[in-house]
Amino acid sequence: MNEFQDRRTIQEIVHNARTVAIVGLSASELRASNFVGYYLQRHGYRVIPVNPNEEEVLGERVYPSLRDVPEQIDVVDVFRDPAAVPEVAREAVDVGAGALWLQFGVISPEGARIAHEGGLAVVMDRCLKVEHARLLGRMHWMGFDTGVIAGSRR
Amino acid sequence: MDEAPREFGFNTRSVHAGQRPDPYTGASATPIYQTAGFVFEDTESASAYFNLQEYGNVYSRIMNPTVAAFEERLANLEGGVGAVAFASGLAAQAAIFFALLEPGDRIAVAKALYGGSTAQLNHLARKLQITVDWVDMDDPDGWRSTVTPETKALFAETIANPGGNVLDIELAAAVAHEVGAPLVVDNTFATPYLCRPLEWGADLIVHSATKFIAGNGTTIAGAVVDSGAFDWSNGRFPSIAEPSTAYHGLKFHETFGVYGLLMKLRSETLRDFGAVLAPFNAFLLLLGLESLSVRMDRHVANALAVAEWLRGRPGVSAVRHPALLDSPYRPLVDRYLPAGAGSVFSFDLESGREGGRRFIEALSLWSHLANVGDTKSLVIHPASTTHRQLSDDELAASGVAPGTVRLSVGLEDVDDLLWDLERGLQAARGSAVPA
Repeated sequence: MNEFQDRRTIQEIVHNARTVAIVGLSASELRASNFVGYYLQRHGYRVIPVNPNEEEVLGERVYPSLRDVPEQIDVVDVFRDPAAVPEVAREAVDVGAGALWLQFGVISPEGARIAHEGGLAVVMDRCLKVEHARLLGRMHWMGFDTGVIAGSRR
Repeated sequence: MDEAPREFGFNTRSVHAGQRPDPYTGASATPIYQTAGFVFEDTESASAYFNLQEYGNVYSRIMNPTVAAFEERLANLEGGVGAVAFASGLAAQAAIFFALLEPGDRIAVAKALYGGSTAQLNHLARKLQITVDWVDMDDPDGWRSTVTPETKALFAETIANPGGNVLDIELAAAVAHEVGAPLVVDNTFATPYLCRPLEWGADLIVHSATKFIAGNGTTIAGAVVDSGAFDWSNGRFPSIAEPSTAYHGLKFHETFGVYGLLMKLRSETLRDFGAVLAPFNAFLLLLGLESLSVRMDRHVANALAVAEWLRGRPGVSAVRHPALLDSPYRPLVDRYLPAGAGSVFSFDLESGREGGRRFIEALSLWSHLANVGDTKSLVIHPASTTHRQLSDDELAASGVAPGTVRLSVGLEDVDDLLWDLERGLQAARGSAVPA
C-alpha cells in the first residue's frame, strides 16, 4: 500500500499537475467528489468531469469516459467503486494520462498495478484535495498535521 | 524535487511543527492572532468556508491561526492526523464524549481516574442518559468482561491520577476494536514525549494541556487528537457517518475521510459548545511544547529520586511510583514508558487524614496547589481536595486513601525538595519541625 502513497510522488503531482479528469464527479454538492472538484477549480486546476450520467458539473462539460476527453490529462482522479478501477486504469493508460489518483477508500491493487505498469504515477487511498491543502493550501489553519517542518521563508 | 522528504525527529518537531515563519512579516515566533473574526476575500469564498468546501478562517470560536499552530504541533507529536483544542482538558473530554455518544449508549471507563473526570462522567451519564461501566484496568480481563455490544467507547488514562496505574494500551485497544468502539486515552501524565498511545492502537487522545504541555502552570487548556485510523462508517456511529442536519445532509466521514471526526468535532461540537481556546493561551502552549522533552527528562529524574527517597522513610506506608522496580506496573512502564513514567505520583502517610494535614502545613518550598505538571513542585492531599466530591467507594476505586498525598515533582534541585519533604514527614509523625 505504501508503495502508492509515496510522499515525493504526491508532491510532484500536486505541484506539477494542471488538468485533472475526475472520474465519478457527482453533481451533488454534498458528495466528496464535488467537494474535491470545487476545491481544485478554486485553486487553479482545470477540472474535466467524467461521468456517463451527467452533462454539466461545476460549469464544465462532462464526458462519458476518459477516451472521450479531447485534451491531455495530467491526473485521472477516481471516485468509483474499487471494482470499476481496473477498467479506468486501462483507459488512463490508453489516453496517455500522467497519473492515476485513487481517492480515500478507492482501493484497487489491480488497478494501481495496471496504471503503474503503463508508466503512470499512482497514488491510492489518498485525497487530492487534502494533499493539496496539506502542501500548498490552508489545511494547517484547521489544526491538521501537514507534516511541513520549515524554519525558512521559502 | 530529487530529495525524499525528511522524517524529522521529536525534538525538531516539538520546536517547528505547526508553525512556519510568518509569510507576510517574517516573524519567527507564532503571531498571536487576537481577533474574533476574519474578513472574507469575496462572497464566493465566504460561502465555501461556511459549506466546509474550502479551509478558511471564519470566526475564532471555531478556528484561529494561533490555536491551529498549537493543534497541529500537538497532533504531529502524538502521531495523529489532527487535533482540536479546547478551553480546558475537561472541555475536550466533554466534547469528544458528546460527539461519540447517543442516549442509551454505554462507555467503559477505568475506575482509576482523575476525580474531575469521574465527576464529569457521572454528570454526563445523568444528563445524556448514557451508562458508564467502570473497569478495573489492572485486571487483565477487566475490559473484556465489561464491554457489551452497546459499548461505544473505552476510556482510560495512560498513567492514572493519582494512583499511578499504567494502562495496557494494546490490550484495551484490542478489546475496543473487537466491539467496534474507539479507545480514548487521556495522555496528560505521559505527554507525547514519554508515550504515544496512538502508536499502540489507541484511536483518540485527550489532553489537559494545562499540565506538562503548558509546563509552567500558566494556562488552562485541553485538546483532542485523532489517529484517523478508526472506521466511523462501521455502522455504530451514525452521527459521524450519516448525513448531518447541521450541514445540509453532509456526511462527515465520507466527505472528509480520515479527517471526518475532527471536522465534525470542530464545526459542530466546538462551534456549539463554545469552549474555545484563546489565541494567547495557544501561544503559551506552543512555547511549552518547544521545551517539552528537556523538561520531561528532568521531571522524570527528579520524581524517581524523590520516590526512591520516600520509600522506607519512617511514617511512609506506601509509595506508588509506577517506575519503582517493585511496582506492579513496572513491566507496563518498561513497555509503554521506557523514557520514564512522568513526575506525578502518590504516597501514603501512616498518620492518615490528620497526618496529611500536618505534612502539608509543614512544607515551605512545595506549593499546596490543585494542579500538576508545573516547573514548580506541587503537593496536595486528594481526600480533602481534588477527590473530595467522591464517595468513599469511589475514593478507594481511584486509589486514594485518607493519608494519600499526591506529589507533582518540578524542576528544582532534588536536595532542596528532599529537605522540605523531611520537614513534612517529621511533622506528620508528630515530631517538632526543625527550623
